[in-house]
Amino acid sequence: MSRQRPVRVLALASSGGHWIQLRRLSPAWLGCDIAYATSNAGYRAEVENDQVEPGLPAPRFYSFPDASRWQKGRLVLQLLSVLRILILERPDVVISTGASAGYFALRIAKLFGRRTIWLDSIANSAELSLSGQRVAPYADLWLTQWEHLLCPLRPEGMGPSFRGKVL
Amino acid sequence: MIFLTVGTQLPFDRLAQAVDEWCVLWPEHEVIGQIGEPGRHGYHPTHFEWWPFIDPSEFMRRFDGATAIVAHAGMGSIITALLHAKPIVIMPRRGNLGEHRNDHQYATAKAFANHALVHVAMAEDQLPSRIEMALMPSPTAAGSGLGRFAESSLIDAIRMSIITAPERGSSKSSRP
Repeated sequence: MSRQRPVRVLALASSGGHWIQLRRLSPAWLGCDIAYATSNAGYRAEVENDQVEPGLPAPRFYSFPDASRWQKGRLVLQLLSVLRILILERPDVVISTGASAGYFALRIAKLFGRRTIWLDSIANSAELSLSGQRVAPYADLWLTQWEHLLCPLRPEGMGPSFRGKVL
Repeated sequence: MIFLTVGTQLPFDRLAQAVDEWCVLWPEHEVIGQIGEPGRHGYHPTHFEWWPFIDPSEFMRRFDGATAIVAHAGMGSIITALLHAKPIVIMPRRGNLGEHRNDHQYATAKAFANHALVHVAMAEDQLPSRIEMALMPSPTAAGSGLGRFAESSLIDAIRMSIITAPERGSSKSSRP
């Protein structure tokens, strides 16, 4: 069965290290209809300078408010903003490298039966990130970048997988 | 020029102060910094030019122009330095000092201890010597940068998951 249109992908992460890691995955969505979202609107220019493949629309860019786990009010704003982006984008696939906004995006996407991918940040070499642990039930593909964080004692498919690093 | 960055979230007073003190010892070196919002009670460096935050394009311009980078042990800073083959000094934020929510930067710093381009200062007393090491031209460091993208095994696994995603059910906006 061939597709009627390119796969719509939403790649979302907070700014800084999470964003830099997400962008290093971009060959994974070559040929797809891609939208990016992050917490720093200053990355818009970088995304708009991406080369566009023939026949595909230019990448779209969204920003959402930054929030830490202690800023409950900002977390609510962030959740609403992520929800708005998902409604506008209607992606087939949502991928994130972190943090709270990625958790929100994957949960909402799963609610609508979309495919979800979580790549835990390479910064979490001692244990999975908090968002990464909580997102597990909602991630179709749940990846760590550290082989020693695989859980040999868990049943097959219950722990994160390892397929390589962003470095 | 040396470019100091503490990342895009929290200030890191211990690092900003250590770099400020290093500047007193080495006035011939120009240092500029992006140090977060120190707040009224935070550390305000006086021996180098700094901003709380700068936008990404300005950040990259400063980064490109630097001989060496001094940074917190954040993956964004480390990856950007490796990508541009810049020597980088990293000092981890510590959870017990309230500099981050946990000690993951300490683990990152240990993981990069033997990298040719990465000079690790576990605490501020090691910072001066690490900066001086980073400023020395190193034949082994040349070419130890990074490619633009993640490992192909990782990209392939993600790509496979993307292209096998089920097509979204009839959507009013995109179907006749």
